[in-house]
Amino acid sequence: MTDRIADIWGERTPHGSGQVWPERVDQVLAEGLADADVDRWVQSACVLCSNGCGCDIAVKDGKMVGIRGRGVDRVNRGRLGPKGLYGSWQGEEHRDRLTRPLIRVDGELVETDWDTAMGRIVERSKELLASKGPLSHGFYTSGQLFLEEYYALGILGKAGIGTPHMDGNTRLCTATAAAALKESFGADGQPGSYTDVDECSAVFLYGHNMAETQTVLWARVLDRLDGPNPPKLVCVDPRDTEVARRADVHLAVHPGTNLALMNGLVRELFANGWINEDYISEHTANVDQLRSVVEPWTPEKVAETCGVQAADVRRAAEIFGTEDRVLSTVLQGFYQSAHATASACQVNNLHLLRGMLGRPGCGLLQMNGQPTAQNNRECGADGDLPGFRNWENPRHVQELARLWNVDPGVIPHWAPPTHALQIFRYVEQGSIALLWISATNPAVSMPQLERIRHILDKDSLFLVVQDIYLTETAQYADVVLPCAAWGEKTGTFTNVDRTVHLSEKAVDPPGEARSDLDVFLDYARRMGFTDKDGQPLLDWSGPEDGFEAWKECSRGRPCDYTGLSYDKLRGGSGIQWPCTEAQPGGTERLYTDGEFPTAPEYCESFGHDLLTGATTGETEYKATVEPGKAWLKALDYTPPHEEPDADYPLRYTTGRTAYHFHTRTKTGRSRRLNAAAPEPWIEMSVEDAARVGCQEGDIARVTSRRGSLEVPVRIGDIRPGTVFAPFHYGYWDTSDGGAAAGSGTGDPAVVVKADGGRHRAANELTITEWDPVSKQPLFKNAAVRVEKLRSGDGPSKAPDTTASRRATGARR
Amino acid sequence: MRLPVYIGLLNEAEATLASSFRVVADGHGDEPDVHYILQTFAKKCDAHREALKPVIDRYGEDIEGEEEHRLTANGVKEVRSGPLALMLDLQDLYVLVNHIDVTWMMVGQAAKGDRDKELQGVVEQCEGDSELEIRWLQTRMKQAAPQALLVAE
Repeated sequence: MTDRIADIWGERTPHGSGQVWPERVDQVLAEGLADADVDRWVQSACVLCSNGCGCDIAVKDGKMVGIRGRGVDRVNRGRLGPKGLYGSWQGEEHRDRLTRPLIRVDGELVETDWDTAMGRIVERSKELLASKGPLSHGFYTSGQLFLEEYYALGILGKAGIGTPHMDGNTRLCTATAAAALKESFGADGQPGSYTDVDECSAVFLYGHNMAETQTVLWARVLDRLDGPNPPKLVCVDPRDTEVARRADVHLAVHPGTNLALMNGLVRELFANGWINEDYISEHTANVDQLRSVVEPWTPEKVAETCGVQAADVRRAAEIFGTEDRVLSTVLQGFYQSAHATASACQVNNLHLLRGMLGRPGCGLLQMNGQPTAQNNRECGADGDLPGFRNWENPRHVQELARLWNVDPGVIPHWAPPTHALQIFRYVEQGSIALLWISATNPAVSMPQLERIRHILDKDSLFLVVQDIYLTETAQYADVVLPCAAWGEKTGTFTNVDRTVHLSEKAVDPPGEARSDLDVFLDYARRMGFTDKDGQPLLDWSGPEDGFEAWKECSRGRPCDYTGLSYDKLRGGSGIQWPCTEAQPGGTERLYTDGEFPTAPEYCESFGHDLLTGATTGETEYKATVEPGKAWLKALDYTPPHEEPDADYPLRYTTGRTAYHFHTRTKTGRSRRLNAAAPEPWIEMSVEDAARVGCQEGDIARVTSRRGSLEVPVRIGDIRPGTVFAPFHYGYWDTSDGGAAAGSGTGDPAVVVKADGGRHRAANELTITEWDPVSKQPLFKNAAVRVEKLRSGDGPSKAPDTTASRRATGARR
Repeated sequence: MRLPVYIGLLNEAEATLASSFRVVADGHGDEPDVHYILQTFAKKCDAHREALKPVIDRYGEDIEGEEEHRLTANGVKEVRSGPLALMLDLQDLYVLVNHIDVTWMMVGQAAKGDRDKELQGVVEQCEGDSELEIRWLQTRMKQAAPQALLVAE
């Protein structure tokens, strides 16, 4: 195996159209160990991006000492990416791991035992329920727990406490994917399959830097590109990413203008007759409205609005319109930008107009940002009801009530579940007084961080944080619960193409750390949550009980797990849901017959207005729906709300690097990954850097209306007028900030003083605004100015292996 | 013919609504969805008045005796404060929008009776917008009510 820091995607194993992707098994063992030293291998799947690569964990003397891709697995066929290879177990064995619960005493976090820590939570929780009721409680979880943990959280929040204030950081990464699927098809559920990469004749990546966000999936694409009869490739991205470099057409749109481009592409299909009239009339509704909305968006108008060439728009549309088998993948460039849901729906529309769904190579992947985001959406720990049920459908609520044996009135369904930024707003206003954050780090990942820190620091808030390290967020907590990490607990999770994996416990967690599931079950027990018959609401003894309970909840719904079991998931490859008695091998593609889950009694949502998010409502939906047909939804383009001006002349966008995940909680503690991308940077074009007098490595101040960054400049091949910052970096490892965290003082003020202010995290600059339908924040739409602070003492440490590489001067 | 009275009422009501949307948008800047969507709605009101212009040119705008015909109170001049402020302000907007919605309906009836295709087209476009505004206000107030009425301090 090549060094996967330098060679991110590894050796090529080319394959042609319709051929099986060859195996290539990647493996890393701790230094000095050989295969013969390993005591046993434990089956799992990787959680360091959303791809869900099947893997085995090497164990020796009760410790994790290595990782190996599973050749048999359909997702990765043995491969692993740099994060999985160098940051999985290595990111969990750091001396900073939390091993005992902490509680705040006289302003400081001090170690305690579980009884005391849980006792404090339960005492406050009961007090608030008695004095203010269930709406005083909020839960903000993750995209990185296991299915069983989300389902437990969903039940205790929705049927135990009865609060609508539950969401996950999946709101930041995957909410638009879910929203667009619901709006177009009636329910969540990914139509496509990763095997569509092997079968397609063209692949479109919309705002999806797959080369860095899912490196193994990109290796699969590279193997097609380097094989016989390679697919054509179209890339929509303002940066010169690896994807852009390999593309036949690169549409480097201005951030914030995706919808204008998409309306133009759809218009070209109509204008050139590249549509499937039969499919449209048999399987879709609303085509006339779509046609009239896109009508003004000629390639010339698109070119002017988006800053691209009209000829490129025509060429891209021609590829989509004339290729036999087109695969589309969509990610944060669309989801975290203006008109997110409307833009993602237009991708769905392209496929519907050509009838390109449910056949090999004709796939649609509305991607996820995190490994277990799909399960959060399924299990109802976020803004959805479990099993893709519709909160506006009383029968769906009654089904849950029957399943849990509770009164349906307990389950909040009078309004949409509260989205993350609204939860934080209620905390800001003081009406949510207990916020329980699990496995996520909003103090770095939320927009407009100065505001978020102020909210987390409020006296009126009782903050519970459960995590594996003392994150920037945990430092504000009243109670910190130390949790087990991947490999230290058992559970299942599901990736973007609906592949379910079992991840088994390989070793014990450190110290007194417990699995997140055990914490939730313990809380439910201590709170005395019971069903109508006085029996415990959550009587599971472990994760497998949770999985069996979940199977019942999923029965008959689009995400049907009833044909799966822990035993069935052991040994072979992951399996795609729906998996039932009738389809015991799982289901490769959805909508093979063009029948969509839009029937009013079955659908997950009655839909929304794409401009405002106003709900359609049951009456209107029932009056207009043609059951079984997909919706062709459309919205005209209007400019984003924050556009460059004289004071803030540049567009600001954020994103990932291949070497880090989320807020670097694990990857920043991996020696190799940290060395590959040790500190933040800001990316500028040659022209923009010259204008502000910055050279490579100079320290610049980047200012928006909300804050500023002070970081080294990387002069790269990003499109002029746009600057980029990686969103991973926070403050735990700043010169004294890390020491403050490690010393257990837990006083955020120490970090501020040590760092001389907070100017590293990309989200200091981002705006508090969200898509009206998906409620996903607009991380990729802000206006900034850049000035030089001082000269640097060498080039910035931004990776030279990926999109952040130094400018070649070659403008495309 | 009294249609010009109603066209005048509509024109004035759209102006009042636009400024009310802007007052509430500016006053609730800490609620970003409210802030931006109400600005979008205000622009729609402006567009409605633009669309009415050629109709006014034809019929005139009968403002004589306008006081006695006026139906609505003044628009929203300033936002409230306190835990119920957002809901009450949105509720004021709800009343204004519903007033306009039903006024458009009646003008639309007259346009049909008069076989006035141009005015019918304007009504069709504008009625759709006020229906959307009503739906959005309901969606947002439904979300806000339990928190504001039960736990806000």
